[in-house]
Amino acid sequence: MPDSVQLSRRTLLKASALAGGGFALAATFPMAGRATAVSGPSELNAFITINPDDTITIIGKNPEIGQGIKTMLPMLIAEELDADWDSVTVQQADTNAAKYGPQLAGGSFATPMNWIPMRQAGAAARAMLMAAAAQRWGVDVAALATEPGRVVQPGTSRSATFGELASDAAYMDVPDPESLTLKDQSDFRIIGRAIGGVDSPKIVRGEPIFGVDTQLPGMVYAAFERSPVFGARLVSADLDAAKAQPGVTDAFTVEGNPAVELVDGIAVIGSNWWLVNKARSALAPQWDNGEWASHSTAGYAQAAQDAWASGQGGEVFAEKGDAEAAFAEADQVLEAEYSYPFLAHVPMEPMNCTALMHEDGTMEMWAPSQTPQGGQQAVASYLGLEPAQVTVHITRMGGGFGRRLNNDYMVQVAAIAKEMPGTPVQLIWSREDDVRSDFYRPAGWHKLRAALNADGQITGWADHFVTFDFPEGAYNPAAMAPDEFPAKYVDNLKFEQTKLASKVPMGALRAPTSNAMAFVMQSFLDEVAQATGKDLPTLMLELTDGVPAEPTTMGFMGPQPGFSAPRLQAVTRKVMEMADWGSPVAEGHAKGFGFYYSHMGYFAEVVEASLDDRNRPVVHNVWAAGDVGSQIINPFGALNQVEGAIIDGLGQAIQLAVEIEGGAAVQSNFHNYPIPRMPMTPQIHVEWVLSDNDPTGLGEPALPPVIPALTNALFALTGKRVRKLPIDPAMFA
Amino acid sequence: MAYRVTINGETREIDAPGDMPLLWALRNELGMVGTKFGCGIGMCGACTVHVDGQATRSCSMPLSAVADKEVSTIESLGETPIGQALQAAWLEDDVMQCGYCQAGQLMNATALLNNNPNPTDGEIQAAMQGNICRCACYTRIHAAIAKVARDEETANA
Repeated sequence: MPDSVQLSRRTLLKASALAGGGFALAATFPMAGRATAVSGPSELNAFITINPDDTITIIGKNPEIGQGIKTMLPMLIAEELDADWDSVTVQQADTNAAKYGPQLAGGSFATPMNWIPMRQAGAAARAMLMAAAAQRWGVDVAALATEPGRVVQPGTSRSATFGELASDAAYMDVPDPESLTLKDQSDFRIIGRAIGGVDSPKIVRGEPIFGVDTQLPGMVYAAFERSPVFGARLVSADLDAAKAQPGVTDAFTVEGNPAVELVDGIAVIGSNWWLVNKARSALAPQWDNGEWASHSTAGYAQAAQDAWASGQGGEVFAEKGDAEAAFAEADQVLEAEYSYPFLAHVPMEPMNCTALMHEDGTMEMWAPSQTPQGGQQAVASYLGLEPAQVTVHITRMGGGFGRRLNNDYMVQVAAIAKEMPGTPVQLIWSREDDVRSDFYRPAGWHKLRAALNADGQITGWADHFVTFDFPEGAYNPAAMAPDEFPAKYVDNLKFEQTKLASKVPMGALRAPTSNAMAFVMQSFLDEVAQATGKDLPTLMLELTDGVPAEPTTMGFMGPQPGFSAPRLQAVTRKVMEMADWGSPVAEGHAKGFGFYYSHMGYFAEVVEASLDDRNRPVVHNVWAAGDVGSQIINPFGALNQVEGAIIDGLGQAIQLAVEIEGGAAVQSNFHNYPIPRMPMTPQIHVEWVLSDNDPTGLGEPALPPVIPALTNALFALTGKRVRKLPIDPAMFA
Repeated sequence: MAYRVTINGETREIDAPGDMPLLWALRNELGMVGTKFGCGIGMCGACTVHVDGQATRSCSMPLSAVADKEVSTIESLGETPIGQALQAAWLEDDVMQCGYCQAGQLMNATALLNNNPNPTDGEIQAAMQGNICRCACYTRIHAAIAKVARDEETANA
């Protein structure tokens, strides 16, 4: 039986007539799987508007960070509506949980959550247009069909455009969304078509659509000075000196509030951001950096060594069989230490937000946020307002990568704007602020052991993971899953962890946890494969041979298909074929393999790499086979996400790290945090393995496997094993 | 002090300190926000404009240095044949993801093709390596530039 992501329950629809003719269909989408736990959406919106002139407006409800959602969700509606895509305009929704349900850009959730409900909304509008035509023509609705933008009666000359029918359609019965028959995949006209982004024409003309492009009458600019040391408190600052700088109209201190991620600092206000940012240098702030100023990456790494050397073990978080007995009886034991650094997100558009505290005490914001509802809550709680008193306009974002899941900059600008009611203020962070005030991908340290028997089978598997302590109940962006592959496929297992205290802010970076675990686990499995005379893809196929797909489980956003070994097998075989795995490689080149499952997507990737004359890795080709379900909704966006994720992962593997020294980040801008540039782009070959599953998201799952695919290729090339990221070219000298 | 700068063919007077980068004069003094802030140190190319036809990082170009010069920005890109062709190629291939860096990419690519109408792959990479695309749409940026170069060559053959 095929898996089905059933996220469609409780979609609510309501129609209304427009004053000038035409009709609007309100559609609200409660959080699936939680419809009874939280109050569902309760305010009407105009989700689909059909105008008498045949134009159609569809609301894009989720924030757009470059993942293509503002184009893709309306495509789903337009498909089932049978609209002519060229007549569709997409309008960005404001933040309103009561109107739109969850509005989130993160976790690759939007595709599985919306695949059915969006289509149902479109299908409902189509059914009402058809009912209107049936009534007008006095025929049974079963005799009617649609063509893009019109209802027709096949076999007759009867035809009416959606615009002509819209006014009548508003008075038809609204169908139960669950009763509607959605299109067969083979009938799709819009889904599956490569469609350009709805904002792209504005982007190439330089039109103001990003958060930082917001301009309001009388708007002033703000820069914010904070201690580079995390957890520091402000003691004093020379506000008068800053106020005396050119262009500065005000400077004041802001008191931190950890509950809403607000740090101590000083706001400098004026007419031009460059001037106010420059004036920060006059502040001469004194900080109490406290105990955290002694923290460093090197210190954490030493703590990991100490934890392993103590012989005390850690907190056991997964155990089965008798791992220690398996190691005692093993024919061969492999042991290795792996580590990876903190990473920053550095979206191209630096953190910014615009806020206006109205004279009546309500707040209005223009926010580039991946979680605008969370930002609205945080700002409301900070200001002592109800969320409804905080209007949050969602702007397009110049990238997110997980950084904008945290809304610290929204609270920061709210703290500034509340001091100047009636005056809109735009807070902008410098790139240095961004790199040094991130919520970093957590660093981590693993001591792995594998027990092998005489047949080369894995009889024991163990990891002592050294990570960080996160508050109970808080999201843990460093977490290692208790069933981390290959845990399910070995009889004797022990995972333990030691948690270090830290004030370094940490958060989710694209493919959170997976971007780290894939490197560690797929590299160590490659060590196992090499030690037993196999290659990694063969080992992966053997480990999962004959294992059936797991049953559907209740996930964060509702039911989701369980892990499927057959899907792993299919993408692995596919990429081996694509990359001509096993056949000779060009002189001085080598290939490596990596697989990972994350965010419901299955990706197997092969990297072909060499070393340049300074022993730096050069990636020539990447082959990627991905299974994200039965349908690629927009091939343009899909391919772009995969290519981008692969280059992103290669950058992490080869050249990116944030180091902590003296309790602060060492790196500060692109000169020492070198995001990949065009010349390091390999040839990327992508193929889809379509499977009988509802489509799932593509923002993340292509990233994790490319990292071990590269490090495994470098092992094949040099016989040297990369166990620490980023790759140090000196190890190949 | 006030500086006279010709921007997209129009002479503008900007009353700001001479060391203010052109980027911030454009964005905050003139309200021309198509040119983007990315790093402030000339390392990412998001703020690329043309000064007397040369691709220039406006975040690192003081206002005093562009007085009496011709500046063109993304807002006027569509007025030139190469700019128009690049905009069309960008849309045809749906080059962008977030799109934030693309104004700088397009301005840099236009300067490249103005100076070298038929660049090799290596020349495209060399010319574009100063422009970071954090979403890493490099394959498509490269392909779109190469396509325009090819089409122009065909048109001129």
